[in-house]
Amino acid sequence: MNNFAGADTLIEICYFIATALFILSLKWLSSPASARRGVLAGEVGMALAIGGTLLHHGIVDYKWVVIALVLGTIIGVPLGNVQMTAVPQRTALSHAFGALCVTLVGTAEFYLRAPDIPPFMMTVLSMEVILGSLTFTGSLMAAGKLQEILPQRPITYKGQNFVNLGLLGAAVVIAVVLVAHPEQMRLFPALIIIPLIFGVMLIIPIGGADMPTVISLLNSYAGLSAAAMGFVLNSKLLIIAGALDGSSGFILSVITSKAMNRSFTNVLFGGFGQIQTSAAAAKEERPVRSATPEEAAGILASASKVVVVPGYGMAVAQAQHKVRELYDSLTKRGVDVTFGIHPVAGRMPGHMNVLLAEADIPYDKLLEMDNINGDLPQTDVALIIGANDVTNPSARTDQGSPIYGMPIIDVDKARTVMVIKRSMAAGFAGIDNPLYYLDKTLMLFGDAKNFVGNIVRELSGGDGHG
Amino acid sequence: MKLDLLSSLYVFMLAAFIGFEVIRRVSPLLHTPLMSLTNALDAIAVVGAIILAGEHKSNLAAILGTIAIVAATSNVVGGFIITDRMLRMFKSSGPKKS
Repeated sequence: MNNFAGADTLIEICYFIATALFILSLKWLSSPASARRGVLAGEVGMALAIGGTLLHHGIVDYKWVVIALVLGTIIGVPLGNVQMTAVPQRTALSHAFGALCVTLVGTAEFYLRAPDIPPFMMTVLSMEVILGSLTFTGSLMAAGKLQEILPQRPITYKGQNFVNLGLLGAAVVIAVVLVAHPEQMRLFPALIIIPLIFGVMLIIPIGGADMPTVISLLNSYAGLSAAAMGFVLNSKLLIIAGALDGSSGFILSVITSKAMNRSFTNVLFGGFGQIQTSAAAAKEERPVRSATPEEAAGILASASKVVVVPGYGMAVAQAQHKVRELYDSLTKRGVDVTFGIHPVAGRMPGHMNVLLAEADIPYDKLLEMDNINGDLPQTDVALIIGANDVTNPSARTDQGSPIYGMPIIDVDKARTVMVIKRSMAAGFAGIDNPLYYLDKTLMLFGDAKNFVGNIVRELSGGDGHG
Repeated sequence: MKLDLLSSLYVFMLAAFIGFEVIRRVSPLLHTPLMSLTNALDAIAVVGAIILAGEHKSNLAAILGTIAIVAATSNVVGGFIITDRMLRMFKSSGPKKS
């Protein structure tokens, strides 16, 4: 008996220290200099919490616990070592795993406790499994779209919002019935199945460009469902970790939806898809100026300030290492090269920063939209690599444009604009970009990786011949 | 029991406020590592799963708990590894270390 009490105190101390370390971990993430210490704090906290839990006196069967921990590690190691370009889908997949864990634990808790579940307990338990199941399938769908196993184009149909709201409503009604009558145990499976379907339906109409917001929102749901699980298990550690994750996801969702000038409801309940198609239909042929790698290299070499604006296209073409060579070769010539990063460039918040950091570009050269826009009027060349909507000036000027009001990187204020793009074909979003038809714009047609590589070759060739 | 839930609500509220204040200060440079780190920390749900699987109160609970441990552990391990890999890549151009 005494031993139990001693072990319990030890476990509580482990959890207490782990909680403090988790908060410090996120605090240290505030700057790149201390960020790795943050990971270490998180790891120590996690080890303490898991180690402490294994001391729990109620645990009678260690065999399966150990097997599961080992199996999870075997799955986790390759998931931690994916290519940097695959980070968005890895993140979505890990949201799915987190949500799966929470849903399974919630389900087990229900069947262990039913039918004597107090109303408040049943309320948080319902929240846990509803949020958990919809995040599970929603995140799997998002991961599938990001991995391009599923079509990235939004799929919309008539009455879509009605169906979705109906599903969510049905889940809430069943939850309310179960709160009042927890003995109606046969209703419980519906509390999981309906949100599972809802998660799929929720992500079907969402296109690739909305992924940063959706991934952040799913992150927030995963956190909230874990916090709800903390209420069910009366674990303060879990409540705090879930609340931290939930607020992190929420903040990122706010940042990304602001960066697209859209509300959550607008992202989730579409309306964007339809406008896009009409905008694409209105497209007409207009003349553009194009340039070869030699010409582009000449202009870049004689510039004194260059701003590179990367987008998802750079990630697709895996062009970041060639971009690094271009950065080196221009910097060597005394050209000031910086990078302008839009908050929703790529498929998740911070996506471009990670890719450019992978290519060894110093992080102090990666500037946020608000910091780079003041520099652009003094910039000789703005080089756009695989970005489109985030540079589209009609967001500032054309009230009829579906992206009107979205903050953009003001590349059109630079003296010369270069756009590396495969062709003039309407991009994924299908919104025409008037930037391409400006007199100061040069279109560089080709694969981003090859084209940047050719520019680099021209630049170094110039060196060799004096 | 009632009091537990109430104090849990206070804890949740305070943690959410701390989360907002701390995470607002995270540089946008690091938003991707932020998401993978919070994801790893969120997998602390593994402690609930360990107790379920270990206590073996029913076969259903033990099976669901075991699967839950696998899912959460893969997040813990994968999340920390990839966050650290990403953060190692962020280098400043400032004074070079030789």
